[in-house]
Amino acid sequence: MITQEVLQERVAIPQATESLSPERVAYLEKLVSQARTAAAVFTQFTQEDVDRIVKPMVLAGLGQAQYLARLAVEETKLGVMEDKVLKNMCATEFTYNYIKDKRTVGVIREFPERNLVEIAEPIGVIFSITPITNPTSTVLFKCIMAIKTRNAVIFSPHPNAWHCCSEAVKIMYETALKHGAPEGVFSCLESHTLQDNAYLMRHKDVGLIDATGGPGAVKAAYSSGKPALGVGPGNTPVYLEKTADVSTAVVDIILSKTFDNGTICASEQTVVIDDEIYDVVLKKFAELGTHICNEKETELLARTVIDPATGCMQPMAVGQKATDIARLVGLAVKPDTKLLIAPIQGVGPEHPLSVEKLFPVLAVYRAKSVDEALKVCIDVNHAGGLGHTAAIFSRNDEIIRKFGEMMNAGRIIVNSPGSIGALGAVYNDLVPTFSFGCGTGGGNSTTDNVNIYHYLNIKRVARRTQAHMWFRVPNQIYFNLNAVENIRQFPSRSTVIVTNPSMEQIGHVDLVRRNIPEGTRVHVSVIPDAEPEVKVVMQGVEALNFYKADQIIALGGGSVIDAAKIMKLKYESPEADLEELAAPFLDLRKRVIQYPTEKVNHARLIAIATTSGTGSEITPFAVLTDKERGRKVTLADYSLTPDVAIVDPQFVMSMPKGLTADTGIDCLTHGLEAVVSSYGSAYTDCNAMQAIRMAFKYLPIAFEHPEDEEARSMMHNASCIAAMAFSNASVGVNHALAHAFGARFHVAHGRANALMLPHVIAYNAAVPTKFVPSPYQKGYLAHKKYATVADLLGLGGHTIEEKVKNLIVATEQLLDQLGFPRSIAELGISKEEFERAIPELTKLAFDDPSWRSNPRMPLITELAELFWKAYQGRGLAKVASASQQTS
Amino acid sequence: MAMMAVWLKIDEGRVVQALQEAGEKLDSAEEGVALDFSSVRRVDASVLREMAAFAGIADRKGVKVELRGVNVNVYKVLKLVKLASRFSFVN
Repeated sequence: MITQEVLQERVAIPQATESLSPERVAYLEKLVSQARTAAAVFTQFTQEDVDRIVKPMVLAGLGQAQYLARLAVEETKLGVMEDKVLKNMCATEFTYNYIKDKRTVGVIREFPERNLVEIAEPIGVIFSITPITNPTSTVLFKCIMAIKTRNAVIFSPHPNAWHCCSEAVKIMYETALKHGAPEGVFSCLESHTLQDNAYLMRHKDVGLIDATGGPGAVKAAYSSGKPALGVGPGNTPVYLEKTADVSTAVVDIILSKTFDNGTICASEQTVVIDDEIYDVVLKKFAELGTHICNEKETELLARTVIDPATGCMQPMAVGQKATDIARLVGLAVKPDTKLLIAPIQGVGPEHPLSVEKLFPVLAVYRAKSVDEALKVCIDVNHAGGLGHTAAIFSRNDEIIRKFGEMMNAGRIIVNSPGSIGALGAVYNDLVPTFSFGCGTGGGNSTTDNVNIYHYLNIKRVARRTQAHMWFRVPNQIYFNLNAVENIRQFPSRSTVIVTNPSMEQIGHVDLVRRNIPEGTRVHVSVIPDAEPEVKVVMQGVEALNFYKADQIIALGGGSVIDAAKIMKLKYESPEADLEELAAPFLDLRKRVIQYPTEKVNHARLIAIATTSGTGSEITPFAVLTDKERGRKVTLADYSLTPDVAIVDPQFVMSMPKGLTADTGIDCLTHGLEAVVSSYGSAYTDCNAMQAIRMAFKYLPIAFEHPEDEEARSMMHNASCIAAMAFSNASVGVNHALAHAFGARFHVAHGRANALMLPHVIAYNAAVPTKFVPSPYQKGYLAHKKYATVADLLGLGGHTIEEKVKNLIVATEQLLDQLGFPRSIAELGISKEEFERAIPELTKLAFDDPSWRSNPRMPLITELAELFWKAYQGRGLAKVASASQQTS
Repeated sequence: MAMMAVWLKIDEGRVVQALQEAGEKLDSAEEGVALDFSSVRRVDASVLREMAAFAGIADRKGVKVELRGVNVNVYKVLKLVKLASRFSFVN
């Protein structure tokens, strides 16, 4: 509440404690010491111990409700004794009803599905300021909360309510002590001063300040540097909307505003009434014992109960009866008048009665429209009531929702009395309280009805969760010789074959055409035999639109299939922004950018691989070349995965040796990266290892004997199987390096991979400089996984180190066998040129999402080191020497 | 672990008295005092007061006080009231 008295007394925040005598300091220190000891002893109590104390305290409070109410009225000269009895009963019985079954000791909540457990930790010593308006009820409420949460409290009641409050503390303390509470758990400052409050607010052993009172007390609490629960003043607007049940609304407002003579700060202050019902409402008010002031009376009333200098209510009016206020003002009212109603024409200093009035005087405003009514309510809300309480009477859900959105109030009370409604548990399911959090609008830390959970530190024990993993591949993969015949089972009106010129030349396009069901309109879209560019993709999309394709057959290597994937994406979702979709991400499932799900077209994508390496026919990835920026953009999303994959070796029989080697090493790299990936699982390991085994065995044969059907078929399957692994486990730093290097120096992807591969195996097998966070893996496994691969390949070795070394040697030998350049230098790139490129290369590699699943996190310096190793290569001599050592 | 000249078992039912008795023996405990708290499940304010007093006497007399078998709940209480630093602990 805001009164001059309160403002004068509490706005000042004494900074120094010099004025405290040594005796006073000793007294305050003793209080804190006792409370600290009590709080410490309290930590040993169980939930059962605590609950055994709380119940008799509640009963004692209920038993003394009338006694304490009488004391409060006698001492403060505010409010209505009968209402204060109800407040004391609410503060005890309703609070108990809310807290009785709640756990506040040890484990208080468990979330097994989230592997989370919450454990309560008491705060310790709480310094509590209590108000004059609700003195004993607030004390009872806070004592019960403190015991339930195992805290000790030092009370500092309002000076004009000290006697009744100290009596309430005494009743609570004696009862608590009798039932086992620690000695010193409650104390009440005797005849305190602001210096006492300042001293205690800043005391190192006070854990929390709970200030229920005026803005000064709240500000002092928040300024102390201590955690504080400050709950401040209100100015409750009420919107009485035309669809409301007027009879109920009027009774509720009278009941609420006159309860304890209006001392509850959540009580109604200004009622904004729709024009259509204004007269009826005022008539109802009058019928039920309300005096409606005329213009002159309103002016007189404003002048008397509001201080013109401060604009705040006069203290002498607070908590007084309507008839007493009328007498004070000089108004002639009936003896049974409950409430004075003053019509106002606006809100603000020119309309003094639009402020908070903690007495039975209510301002009313006639609103011509919903819009005007909401605006006036906003004005009232902002005239000292931010964050506190607002109320509405209406049957219109839309208006209630709008009102809720417009009001900055912790409690928005609907179709019920504001004051008692805000207290909770009577008219609604709000948590019962005697402290209203007003949020940042009121300078408070919470908008909650302050309750037991604000008296606890809640610790969360978070166990490691079992990360959800996945294994996703197209649901239809047709493999082995003549698998292309399966195209016949897919009906289509219009099919576009996306391919490149060489496929037409060698007759692969005709082979596909022959297997497309009759009656299908078939069109061939030929794209350049190179990694796809944005321009090429968009031309393909135009073709798809022109032919209204319902099926796309991608016939080619990784570049063609990648192009087709992106064409399909742009065809089905023209608004898709490729640049945006390529945005970096850490976890596929938590990425910021989502791929479009709404589609304007639908087309089946059948991918027929004509190389054995990329595995693009089943992967959710597509690489796009951005020539202008000299980089590659990787798109990744399962929506890119082709619907059908055809892995038919007849399409790879004519692959030239160089392409066989390049793509075969890409396949091997996929397997070797997936097997150590931090996203790896048993599902991907089996595929990765099988693909590695097949590549080591059949790649040299397919290279040396291109006509060997079995070797070709096995390598084609190996490529697809490796893709199953890396589609789900992803790849690693090898690909990040190869993408950057390949784009910058225009080196084929497989060849770029080959240059990095042995160095990356050695790098990943070493103890990481930096581990990569991975909920999917337990411990560091890369070196062990490589050793397992070495075992699978029968490479020998006794220790993990030996096995890893043998794997590196075997990889080197394979690369040699396939005739790969063994260093970047061999490609004719000068050292100077490479050196100049290193900063850009490392930046590109670090930006590449491929390494996110790498088992160790590559530092920029390490990426540079790996590039330099690849530049220098290992050389045949070293390989031979290592080979001899192994044998 | 150094040998303690005086070793006293503290009974939970009479912790305060036991501490007072231990205080009286501090004069003859030049090498230190060991108090066995293994049967003490909880402490209250009176125990804490007595422990603070006991620690004060021991400090003045330069006698090292070792608490043995203090359970974790009691240990936390001693930490909260800042008494833990005045004793040494042996599990």
